Amino acid sequence: MTQATASSSTVRPSPLIQEASSLAKGSPPRRRRGFGARRSGLINLLYLPAILLFAVFTVYPLISGVGYSFTNWDGYSPEKPFVGLENYLRLFQDETFRQILGNTFVYGIGSMVIQQILGLALALALDRPMRGRGVARAIIYLPVLVSPVIMGTMYYLLFQFNNGAFNDIVVAFGGERVAWLSQPSAAVAIIVAVNSLQFVGISMIIYLAGLQSIPQTYYEAAMLDGAGAWQRFTGITVPLLQPAFATSVVLNLIGGLKLFDVIKVLTNGGPGYSTNSVSSLIGITYFENQSAGYASAMGVVLFVIIAIFTLALNALLNRRRLEQQ
Amino acid sequence: MTATTATPAPSIRSSRSPKARRSARSGGRRGANIIIGAALVLVVLVQLLPFYVALTTALKTKTDLSSQWSFPFANLFFGNFQTAIQDGGILRSIGNSVIVTVVATALVCVIGALAAYPLARRLTRLNKVVMLLIIGLIMIPPLSVLVPLYSLLNQLHALNTYWGIILVMTTGGLPLAIFLYAAFMRSLPLAIEEAAVVDGANLLQVLFYVVFPMLKPVTVTVIILTGVGVWNEFALSSFVLTEPAQKTIAPAIAAFFSTQSSNLGAAAAASLMGVVPVLIAYLFLQRYFIKGMVAGAEK
Repeated sequence: MTQATASSSTVRPSPLIQEASSLAKGSPPRRRRGFGARRSGLINLLYLPAILLFAVFTVYPLISGVGYSFTNWDGYSPEKPFVGLENYLRLFQDETFRQILGNTFVYGIGSMVIQQILGLALALALDRPMRGRGVARAIIYLPVLVSPVIMGTMYYLLFQFNNGAFNDIVVAFGGERVAWLSQPSAAVAIIVAVNSLQFVGISMIIYLAGLQSIPQTYYEAAMLDGAGAWQRFTGITVPLLQPAFATSVVLNLIGGLKLFDVIKVLTNGGPGYSTNSVSSLIGITYFENQSAGYASAMGVVLFVIIAIFTLALNALLNRRRLEQQ
Repeated sequence: MTATTATPAPSIRSSRSPKARRSARSGGRRGANIIIGAALVLVVLVQLLPFYVALTTALKTKTDLSSQWSFPFANLFFGNFQTAIQDGGILRSIGNSVIVTVVATALVCVIGALAAYPLARRLTRLNKVVMLLIIGLIMIPPLSVLVPLYSLLNQLHALNTYWGIILVMTTGGLPLAIFLYAAFMRSLPLAIEEAAVVDGANLLQVLFYVVFPMLKPVTVTVIILTGVGVWNEFALSSFVLTEPAQKTIAPAIAAFFSTQSSNLGAAAAASLMGVVPVLIAYLFLQRYFIKGMVAGAEK
C-alpha cells in the first residue's frame, strides 16, 4: 500500500477501498513490525476507549434496531411483540413510504447532479487569476459552515406567501402570489435547490483542489502540440479530475439521501407527508405514530440503501479511474 | 517581467511564465471573462441573499409590511433580538452549544489520536480489519438508528443531559478523526519514534513527547470538521434534547421558529444570532477552514 501523506494535495480514493485493497493484498513486503510495546499486542489497548464508544452508541443500537424491526413495539411499553417480517412487507406495500423513498432519491440524486455541474463550473471560473477571487470563494463556501436549520429558516423567509422576497418579484412582474411551499412538487424542488446551494461550496473546493493538483506543464505541452482550449479541457482536465469527481459525487449523494434538517424547517414534511425523506419519516413514525418497530424497519432500509450506494459508487468510480491510468 | 494583458507574439510565448501566458490568453477573450465575472457575481449575491433578507426581516417590527428587499435604514428595530433572547433562550443555547462542542471535540481529538496510533503503526491483520470497520461506521446515517439509540439513552437516563449528547456526538465524530489521524501518522518517519525508544522512552512517553506534538496540522483539520459538525448537529439532538435548558443552538432555533410563525422577525433574529459565532470563527480562521475541509473531504 502506498503511504499517501495526509497533506498531499491529490485526491485519494475513498478510505473504504483503500483499506480494503490493502487488506486483500495481505501484509505489505515485510517491513519492521516495530519496537518495544508495539511488538506486543499491548499497544492495541490504545483503541479500547474508541471501540467501547462504538460498541455502546453505534454497534449495539444498530443490532438492536434490526431486532426491533421484527416487532411491532410502540416505543415505550415493556412488551415488544414479535411479528417477523411484517414491517418489511408493510413497507413495500405502503404508498406513502414508496412516495417518500422516491423523494429521498430525488433529494440525493438531484442535489448531487446540481452540485457537480455548479461546483465544477465555479471551480473552473475561480481557478483563473482575477480580482476578488478569494472573497468570492469564501462567500460561496460560507453556507457550508452554517447549520442547515438556520439556512432553512432564512430561505423560508424568502419563500413566504405574504411579503416573501420571491413573491415580491412575482407581483412586480404582474403575477399572482405563489404558495411555493404548499405545492408538493415545487416544495421538493425548493428543498433540492436550497440543499444544493448550501453545500455547493464542498464540491467547489474539492474540484479546485483537483484542478490545482494538475501540473501546469501538461497544458503547456498540449498547447505546444496545438491542442485547443476544448481539447485541453476534455483531454487533460476531465480525466485528471476523476478522483475529485468520485469524492464529490459520493459525498453529495450521501448528504442528499440523508437529508433531514432543511426539510424539518422548510416544510416539516408537509403538505401531508409529501416532502418527507426517509430520515424525517422515521422521526414521525416513531414519536407521532408510536410505531417504533415500523420506524426501526425504515431505519434498516435507509442504512442498506446508503451502504449499497456508497459501496457501488466507490467500486464503480475507482474502477473507472484504474482503467484510465 | 510583468504580466500584461497585451497579446504577445506567438514566437515569444514559450519564454513567458505560465501566469503571464495565462492572462495573455484570457486577454483575447475579454467578452467571455465579463460573462464569467457576471455569473460569479450573481452566484455570490444568491448565496448572500438569505442572510440579507434575514437581516432586513429581523430589523423590522411585526407590523412593518415593507418589502423584504428594502433595508430599514431610517428606523432600525432591535426588539426581535430581545424576543429571541428572552423567549427563545438563544444565548443560553449558544452557551450549551459551546459546552457540547468544546468537550466533544476535545474528546474526539484525544480518543481519536490514541486509537489511531496502533492502527497506523501496528499493521496486523486484526488492526486492518478494525480500521476497515471503523471507516465503515462513517456511512451510517444518524437517523437509521434513531429508535434504538433513543431508547438506549432513555434507559441510561441520558436524555436531556450534557454527557448524553456529548458521548453521542463524540462517537459520531470519531471514525473520521481516527482515519485522518492514522493517515497522517503513517506519513510520519518511523525513525524519530525509534530514536526515542533507543533513548529509553516507553510507549506513553513516545506518544506524548514525540508523536502528539507532530500532530498539530491534522489536529486543526479534526477540530474544524468535528467542531462544525457538532455545532450544527440537529438530526439526533432535536430528539435527544427536548428541554429548553439543555437545547443546543440548532434544535433551539428550530423549536423557536415553529412557535413564531406569526412573528418571523424574531425567528430571523434568532437565526442571525446562531450564525454569528460561526461567522467570527470563519473570519479569523478562514484559511484553516477551507484547508481542513478539503483534507476531510479527500478522506
